[in-house]
Amino acid sequence: MNAVPVLDVGLVLLTLALAGWIIGARDTFAAVVGFVAYGIILALIWVRLHALDIALTEVALGSGLTGVLFLGAASRLRESEVAERAFVPGRALRVLAAVFSAGVAAAIAMAVLRLPDPAPTLAPLVAKNLDSTGLGNPVTGVLMAFRATDTLLEVVVLLLALVGAWSLAPDRLWGGYPGLRHYADPDGVLVYAARRLPPFGILLGLYLFYAGSDGPGGEFQAATVLAAMWLLVMLAGVRPAPAIGGRPLRAVLVVGAAVFLAVGIAGMFTAGAFLAYPEGYAKSLILTIEVVLTLSIAATLGLLMAGAPERSKDS
Amino acid sequence: MSFALHVFSVVCISAGCLFFIAGTVGLLRFPDTLTRLHALTKADNLGLGLIVIGLLPQAGRLSSGIKLISVWVLVLFAGAMVSQMIGRIARRRAVDR
Repeated sequence: MNAVPVLDVGLVLLTLALAGWIIGARDTFAAVVGFVAYGIILALIWVRLHALDIALTEVALGSGLTGVLFLGAASRLRESEVAERAFVPGRALRVLAAVFSAGVAAAIAMAVLRLPDPAPTLAPLVAKNLDSTGLGNPVTGVLMAFRATDTLLEVVVLLLALVGAWSLAPDRLWGGYPGLRHYADPDGVLVYAARRLPPFGILLGLYLFYAGSDGPGGEFQAATVLAAMWLLVMLAGVRPAPAIGGRPLRAVLVVGAAVFLAVGIAGMFTAGAFLAYPEGYAKSLILTIEVVLTLSIAATLGLLMAGAPERSKDS
Repeated sequence: MSFALHVFSVVCISAGCLFFIAGTVGLLRFPDTLTRLHALTKADNLGLGLIVIGLLPQAGRLSSGIKLISVWVLVLFAGAMVSQMIGRIARRRAVDR
C-alpha cells in the first residue's frame, strides 16, 4: 500500500539508468543534457533524505552552473568532435578502462557499505552549540562558524578557478572582454527574458540568502541564482560582459574572501582563535561576511561562465 | 469539508499526471521537433498547473501557496521562452535543408 518505497526505488533506478546512458552517449551535447537531468534527479534523492540544503546546492551548482560550463565546453569541442568519433579505441584499452572504472566504483561502494553503524557524527555537538551563533539553520552554523575554514578555502578555490579560466587567454587579450558570443535578435525572446526575468531572479536570490540563516538556503545558492541572472543578461547582449581588467570588478571579486580573512584574523585577538567570533557578535559578523561573500561568489560564478577573454580591451 | 478538499486534490493531481504521461508519449512518438515541442508544452502548462492547483489546498500556509504558484508561473515563462527558441532553430534548420 505504501507508495513511498516504490518512489524511492524508482528514483534510484532512474539515477542509475541515466548515469549509464550518459556514459554511453556518443554526442557530447546529449551527454551534457543528460548530466543536467541527472543532477535534478539527484537533488530529488537529497530531498527524500531530508537534506534540503544539499538538494538546493546540487540543483543550483551541481546541475545548473556545472551544466552551463559543460555546455560551453561542448560547443567549443564541436569542431573536433567528428574526428574524435572516428577514433575507436582498441579492445585492450576499452577493457582496461572498464576494469579500472568498475574497480573505483566497487572500492567506493565497499567504503560506503563498511561505514560503522551508527555513523560517527558531530550533529549533537552542533545542535548543542548552535545557540551561541544566533543562527537557526545548523548547516549554516557549520559552514559559517564551526567549520568556517572550509568555507573560506572554498571561496579561495573559486577565485583560483576563475584565474585558471582567465589564464587560458593569450597575452594580447589579457584584460579584455570574455568571449560570450551572442547572436540574440534584439526583438527576440531571449532579450525579452533578459529584461523581464532578472527582477524575479534577484528577488529569489535575496530570499534564498535571507532564508539561509534559519532554514535551507545560503550564500552559495543565492549567489548561483544571481550569477545565472547576470549570465542571462550577458548572453542576450542586454549588458555585455565586462572587461576582466577593471579594478572595481576585481575589487568585487576579492572583497568576500578579504573580509572573511580579516574577520578571521581579528578573531585571533578578540576571541583567541583564527576564525573565532567574539561572544555576542557572532550573528552580525556572520551576516556581514555572508553579504560580501554572496556578492563575490555571484561575480566569480558569472565571470566563470562567461569564460576567458576573447576580445582585446581596445576592441 | 476537508474530505471534499482531499478529493479535489486527488482529482486535480491525477489529471495533471495524465497530461504529463500524454506529453511524454507525444515527445517519444511525434515525428519532428515542432510537434514534440507541442506535446511538451501540454505537460508543462496544464500538467504542472493542475498539480499545483491540486496541491494548493494541502499547502497549509499562504506563503507556501504563493511559492507553489510562483513555481508554476516561472516554469510557464521558462517553457514558453525555451520552446520558442528551440522552435526557431528547428525552423531555420528545416529551411536550410
